[in-house]
Amino acid sequence: MALLLLQLFNGISLSSILLLIGLGLAITFGLMNVINMAHGEFIMIGAYMAYTIQQLFQKLLPASAFGWYFILSLGAAFAAAFAVGWLLEITLIRHLYGRPLDSLLATWGVSLVLQQLARQLFGAPNVAVKAPEWLEGGLVLSADLILPYKRLFILALALVCLAVIYFYQYHTRGGRRMQAVMQNRPMASSLGISTRRVDAQAFAFGSGMAGIAGCALTLVGPIGPTIGTYYIVDAFMVVVLGGIGKLIGTVAGALGIGVLNTAFEYTTSATLGKVIVFSLIIAFLQWRPSGFVSWKARALD
Amino acid sequence: MIQSFRPSLSLNRKLLLSLLLLAAMLAAPMVLSEFRLSLLGKFLAYAVLAVGLDLIWGYTGILSLGHGVYFGLGAYCMAMHLKLAAAPGELPDFMSWSGVEKLPWFWVPFESAGFAFAAAILLPVAVAAVLGYLTFRNRIKGTFFSILSQALVVITVTLFVGQQGYTGGTNGLTSFNTFLGMPVGDASSKRIFYYVTVAAVVATLLISRWLVNSRFGKILVAIRDGENRVRFIGYNPVVYKVFIYSFSAALAGIAGVLFVLQEGIISPAQMGIVPSIEMVLWVAIGGRGTVIGALIGAVLTNAAKTTFSEAYPEWWPIILGAMFILVVLFLPKGIVGTLRDKFARGEPGLAGSAPEPVGRGAGHPAAGTPVAASSGAAMGKAAAASPKRNGL
Repeated sequence: MALLLLQLFNGISLSSILLLIGLGLAITFGLMNVINMAHGEFIMIGAYMAYTIQQLFQKLLPASAFGWYFILSLGAAFAAAFAVGWLLEITLIRHLYGRPLDSLLATWGVSLVLQQLARQLFGAPNVAVKAPEWLEGGLVLSADLILPYKRLFILALALVCLAVIYFYQYHTRGGRRMQAVMQNRPMASSLGISTRRVDAQAFAFGSGMAGIAGCALTLVGPIGPTIGTYYIVDAFMVVVLGGIGKLIGTVAGALGIGVLNTAFEYTTSATLGKVIVFSLIIAFLQWRPSGFVSWKARALD
Repeated sequence: MIQSFRPSLSLNRKLLLSLLLLAAMLAAPMVLSEFRLSLLGKFLAYAVLAVGLDLIWGYTGILSLGHGVYFGLGAYCMAMHLKLAAAPGELPDFMSWSGVEKLPWFWVPFESAGFAFAAAILLPVAVAAVLGYLTFRNRIKGTFFSILSQALVVITVTLFVGQQGYTGGTNGLTSFNTFLGMPVGDASSKRIFYYVTVAAVVATLLISRWLVNSRFGKILVAIRDGENRVRFIGYNPVVYKVFIYSFSAALAGIAGVLFVLQEGIISPAQMGIVPSIEMVLWVAIGGRGTVIGALIGAVLTNAAKTTFSEAYPEWWPIILGAMFILVVLFLPKGIVGTLRDKFARGEPGLAGSAPEPVGRGAGHPAAGTPVAASSGAAMGKAAAASPKRNGL
C-alpha cells in the first residue's frame, strides 16, 4: 500500500515538474502558435539565475539570511526570463508569426547561441544549487512513506503558477486582451488593442514561466548548459498531448505523462519506460490528433 | 504553382554548371589529402540525406525533425555487418562486456553484406511508412508532425542507449576492419568509397530531379501549397506523402551506409535531436525546394562547421545559431533560391515572373485562424523586410 502511494506520489511529483515546464510553452506554443525551441533555454536562464542569486547570498550576506535566497531567485528567474523573452519577441519572433516552421528553425538558432553563452559564462560542467534548509527533509507519513519537502514545494509551486495563469487569462484585463488577440486578431485590433504589445507581453510571460520552472528544477538536480535540451521535447509532448489552447489540457498532458512514466519506469526500466510512454503518446495522437482537449473550429486550413 | 518548374537558368547554362560540379567531385581525389577527401566523402553522404529531406520539406511542406533516426538505422545496419566482419565467428567485443553470451538472433543475418545493405534501406522505409501512414491518414501535419518526428528521435535514441548489450550503448559501434575483403581504413578503399558516394549523389540528384519534374512532383508541390484543395480535386494526399516520406527515409538510410563506411563509427549522438535539426539547416541554407540546393547546403555547411570548429571550437555553436537566424530572416530561399531569383531577373523573358514559393509548411490546424494557402508565394524578399501577419 505504502509502495503504491509512494509511486503515485512520484508520478504526481514528476507531473508537477512537467506541468511547470509545459505551462510557459502552453502560452507561447499553444496560444501564440510559435514553436519556440529556445523554451528550454529560458528554463536554463531561470536555473542559472537561481545559481547566481545563491552565490551572491553566500558571498555577501550572513549565513542566517541564506534560507531566503530561493524565494528571491524565483522572482529573479521570472524577471530575467521575462526580459530575455521580451527582447527575443521584439527582435526576432515578431517577424515570424504565421510561419511556425521558420520560427522553429530560428529559435533553435537562438537556443544554440544562448547555450553557448551560458557555457562561456558559467563553464561547461554542471553546477549544483544548494537547496535552502527549510526544504530539506520530508513529510513522514509512515516508515516507508516519506514525501520530500522539495517535491511538495514543486507541486505547490506548479499549482500556484497554474492558478496565477488561470486568473491572469480569464480574470484580468491584460489576460482577456491576450485571449481576444489570439482568437481574433483583426477584431481585437479594430477595438483598439495594441496587438503588438499583447504579443510581446504574452511571449515574455510564457518565457517568464519557463524561468520559474528552471528555478524549481535546481531543487531536482544539478544544472548545466544543456538542461534545456533535456526538457524541451518533454515540454512539447505535454502541450501536444494535452491539446492546444486550454490550460486544462496542459494539466491533463502533464498528469498523463508523469504518472505513466513513473509507472512504466517502475515496472520495466528507466529507458524502456520512456520509450513506452512516448510510443503511447504517438499512438494516442493517432486516435485523437489534437490531444485531450482542443478548440473546436470549423476552419479547414 | 507552375512557376517553380519554369527554368530560371537557361538549360545550357544549367547543364554546364552541373558538369562543372560533377568534374569537381571527380577530380577531388587528385587534389585533396586523404583526410580532406574522407571529410568531403562524408559531406557528400550527408548530401544524399539532405536531398531526400528537401523532397519532403521543400517540395511537400512536411518538416521532419527525425531524419537522424533513418540515417542512424541505415548506418547501424551497415555497422552491424562491419562489426561481425571484423571478427568472424566471434561475439562482438561490447556484447561480452555487457554480459550477452550468444549472438542475438537479429544480428545473425547481418553476417551477409547484401542483407545488411538491403536492411539499411528497407528498415528506415518500413519505419517511415508505418509512422507516415498513421500520422498522415489522421491528418496530423505541420508543426504537429515535426514534434511527433522528434518523439521518434527520443524513442530511438533512448532505446539505442539503453540496450547496451545489443547496440553498443552510448559508444555506438566502431573498430571495424574489412568490408567485402577491403581494409576499411586503407587509402585505396577510402578512394573507392568516395567514388561510390559520388555515384550515389549523382543518382540521387537525377532521380530526385526526375521525380520533382514529373506529374508526381507537381502533386507534391500542390500538397504543400494547399493540401485540402488537392484532396477536393480527388487525389489522396496520404499516398503521395507516405511515398515521398519513405523515399526520403531510404535516401537517409543510404546516406547512413555511406557515412559509416567512411567514418568508421556510428553512435546515438549522430542520430539525436541536435543532428536531426542540423540536417534541416543544411537544406534551409542551400535552398529548400531546389534539389541541388540541398547538396550545396550540406557540403557548404559541413565544410564551414569543420573549418570553424577547428579554429574556434567554442564559437562554432554561436555561429551555427546565428546562421539559423540569419537564413530564416534574410535568406528564406537559401543560397540557390536567391541566386536563381537574381538570374531570373536578369533574363528578359522571365523578368515579370512571380517569386518562387517557399515551403512554409501547413497552417496550424487548431489555431482557429485560417492561414492563406498561398502564403508561401507572398513571402519573398519584400515579406522578409516588412513582415506582415500571415493570412490576416
